Amino acid sequence: MRALTGTALLARLVLRRDRIRLAIWVLGTPLLGYALAGSVAGIYPDQAARQGYATTSASSLVARAFNGPIAGTDLGAVVVAETYVTLALIVALLSTFAVTRHTRQNEETGRAELLGASVVGRYAPLTAALLVIVAANVLAAGLLALALVGAGLPPAGSLAAAAAIGGVGVAFTAIAAVTAQLSVTSRGANALAAAAVGLSFVLRAAGDVLGEQSADGTRVQSAWPSWISPLGWGNQVRAFGGERWWVLALPVALLLAGVALAYALAERRDLGAGLIAPRRGPASGAPQLLSPAGLAWRMQRGTLLGWAVGVAVLGFSMGIAGDEFNAMIDQNPAAAEAINAMGGGANLLDAYLAAMLGLFALTIGAYVVQALLRVRGDETDGVLEAALATAVSRTRWLGTQVLAAALGAVALLLLAGVTTGLGYGLVTDDPLGQAVELGGAALLRLPALLVVAGVVTTLFGLLPRWSVVLSWTALLVFLLLGQLGAVLKLPQAALNVSPYTHVPSVPAVDPAALPLVVLTAVAAALLAAGVAGFRRRDVPS
Amino acid sequence: MPVISIGNLVKTFGAIRALDGLDLRVEQGEVHGFLGPNGSGKSTTIRILLGLLHRDSGDARVLDADPWRDAVRLHRRLAYVPGDVNLWPNLTGGEAIDLLGKLRGGLDRRRRDELLQRFDLDPTRRCRTYSKGNRQKVAIVAAFASTVELYVLDEPTSGLDPLMEAVFQDEVRRVKQAGATVLLSSHVLAEVEALCDRVSIIREGRTVESGTLAELRHLTRTAVTVETARPVTGLDTLPGVHDVHEVDGRTHLEVDPAHLDALLGQLIRFGVRALTSTPPTLEQLFLRHYGDDPTAGASAPAASDAGAPQAGAR
Ligand SMILES: Nc1ncnc2c1ncn2[C@@H]1O[C@H](COP(=O)(O)OP(=O)(O)O)[C@@H](O)[C@H]1O
Ligand SMILES: [Mg+2]
Repeated sequence: MRALTGTALLARLVLRRDRIRLAIWVLGTPLLGYALAGSVAGIYPDQAARQGYATTSASSLVARAFNGPIAGTDLGAVVVAETYVTLALIVALLSTFAVTRHTRQNEETGRAELLGASVVGRYAPLTAALLVIVAANVLAAGLLALALVGAGLPPAGSLAAAAAIGGVGVAFTAIAAVTAQLSVTSRGANALAAAAVGLSFVLRAAGDVLGEQSADGTRVQSAWPSWISPLGWGNQVRAFGGERWWVLALPVALLLAGVALAYALAERRDLGAGLIAPRRGPASGAPQLLSPAGLAWRMQRGTLLGWAVGVAVLGFSMGIAGDEFNAMIDQNPAAAEAINAMGGGANLLDAYLAAMLGLFALTIGAYVVQALLRVRGDETDGVLEAALATAVSRTRWLGTQVLAAALGAVALLLLAGVTTGLGYGLVTDDPLGQAVELGGAALLRLPALLVVAGVVTTLFGLLPRWSVVLSWTALLVFLLLGQLGAVLKLPQAALNVSPYTHVPSVPAVDPAALPLVVLTAVAAALLAAGVAGFRRRDVPS
Repeated sequence: MPVISIGNLVKTFGAIRALDGLDLRVEQGEVHGFLGPNGSGKSTTIRILLGLLHRDSGDARVLDADPWRDAVRLHRRLAYVPGDVNLWPNLTGGEAIDLLGKLRGGLDRRRRDELLQRFDLDPTRRCRTYSKGNRQKVAIVAAFASTVELYVLDEPTSGLDPLMEAVFQDEVRRVKQAGATVLLSSHVLAEVEALCDRVSIIREGRTVESGTLAELRHLTRTAVTVETARPVTGLDTLPGVHDVHEVDGRTHLEVDPAHLDALLGQLIRFGVRALTSTPPTLEQLFLRHYGDDPTAGASAPAASDAGAPQAGAR
């Protein structure tokens, strides 16, 4: 047990470092679950509506791919279908990043060396991190169960659904414990674990698409690929549809196996070393790298490529789903109304496409925030200091980053519109026409993204220490206003806070120039304020 | 015209007064040692000289320009090695060197390749896989491969091993020969002694000493041990003599260099049999200013600890 000496102490350190993150996680997941359950209950209030929803969900391949296999017509089953994948993905990524942060990242920054020299056992850091993160998952699941019961769902199903989501967190905690041993860098460890999340999603989607619809048409029996996906296990628990409790043993088994493997790997390697050797690169800089713009492209291109693949797959699927959407509208007027509230306008199909483009614009907002916050990351790492000590002005440096993020947003928006148009055009025999039209419609969302860029830049220039937290908070507020604003019937003044509110939802309504011009002007003002603030302040600060 | 002149510089971070009326003057063509305990304000001073930090009050001129307003123009004429070198993790060392050089206005390719060899640095490895010492080498190579008028080096060798330290010293001598000015913040005393024409010692944001090493030595007491035929008397009344005590018939004392002559005149009257006089070591000089206790320099173990060159892990 010498190898575990100091575990309790380190666990307290993890708790102390992450007390705010953990609190947001443990309280935020149940709150989100509660809010989503409430809004779903409002959209599908009666048995007839839910019957329609379940039948459509079970027959639509796209719904199966993105929402998982529906487990009947209970309100709880509809809630699970609508929320499970989102919550499970959030929990999976939170667990992954938390494990890496407290294991590999400590080694990378040398903190572990400091600790290793004190009285701390070899397995203690990993064990401490896993204890805290598994406990957070269990606690969050417990509170989520209570929240679902509070939202009016039956206790057994609520517990099963919450445990299913907690199980996903536990499973990816185990996977991240292993990837943290493999890669030398925390980025690499996170990338490996995130790839595992992606693969799980794809396997689950494939298994659910290949599954069989039940005789009454309201259930789906998943095929085998779902069973080898930790994300799929949660669906196989079948909360609210005849719970299969034993499936919950799968994530626990994976946790035990993962921990054993991680210990074995940790035993075989040196502190700071990994099992995947880092690749070599060019001995000198190519001319196109050697400028702020070249550097920005180099730093962004990997992320951008990942986003492009995701956006294209999602866009294409959403486009194809447009056809199935027609069938769904016929069966569920309430859902149609909800889509209509999001997209606006008279033609429901256009409203659907507009709503999808709106969703893309929100999601791509996350790309913009992430891309721009790299400057802040560079500042805290000390890289920015080295760069600004060269003959590059602060304005040029920050301006280049903003431009790079904006160009990335343009590319992703265009891709989202074009792929959605291609998908929709394929089922309606007009791929090219739709691609052009929806590509253009998507680009009209750019001014909202420029405002997002402006907000991040202003925060970076004027409140650097708070810029990371506040930037993501701002985007989250925009997201909640956009997604729940209409459902929760918030006042217009509140909705107006989000730049996305002001973008005409083409193709559901006609484009209008004025709001776009105003948004662009607001963005320009925010950018100018941010750059001016950056020029005046201390670096690093 | 001094290359760097700082007068009464003040910089606060909230409640912390990092610089509290600092003065510094670095003349054209000299290698100037910039010394002080951790947290005394060396890096803060250097960041102000680079226009990264805004000063609260006081004057700062670099190459006859304002470091904040003329930052970009100035940066073409100087090269900087940060105290805590961090680089773009996914660039290779070679790419980082070329990028920094290009952003500064170009570097000498021949010198770059030669420096890579001399510092034994593999330019194909990603920066995220470099140790602290290797990251420092990247910044050092990037700086010395640029031909500039001023090199600002913030504890550049704290992660280097003794072999690399020697290479580093050669490079400093080379740029000095070429007429450049160097501001070298350092903890490695041997390095300061070997390289610096003049040094400034700061403490808690103020300059406490400045001058050539010889001048600074002059400010510190010489330790004298003497064995005489008859017991020595009258030392207490001599000016500049301190800490007199007798052990085994030998007299130990310390004397200010200015009063050495008078002391010898007195000692000679008691029949000197043996005499050793130890000039202050650089360590003692520093400890006098670094430690809380001004006489701490007399404690030998502490002195030899601080004097050991810091050989970093490879
Ligand atoms: N950005 C900052 N915010 C707050 N305090 C700082 C900041 N930078 C430096 N300090 C403080 O200023 C003092 C001087 O620091 P520094 O210049 O880094 O010292 P040195 O380089 O001599 O070790 C220290 O007390 C340090 O904690
Ligand atoms: Mg320093």
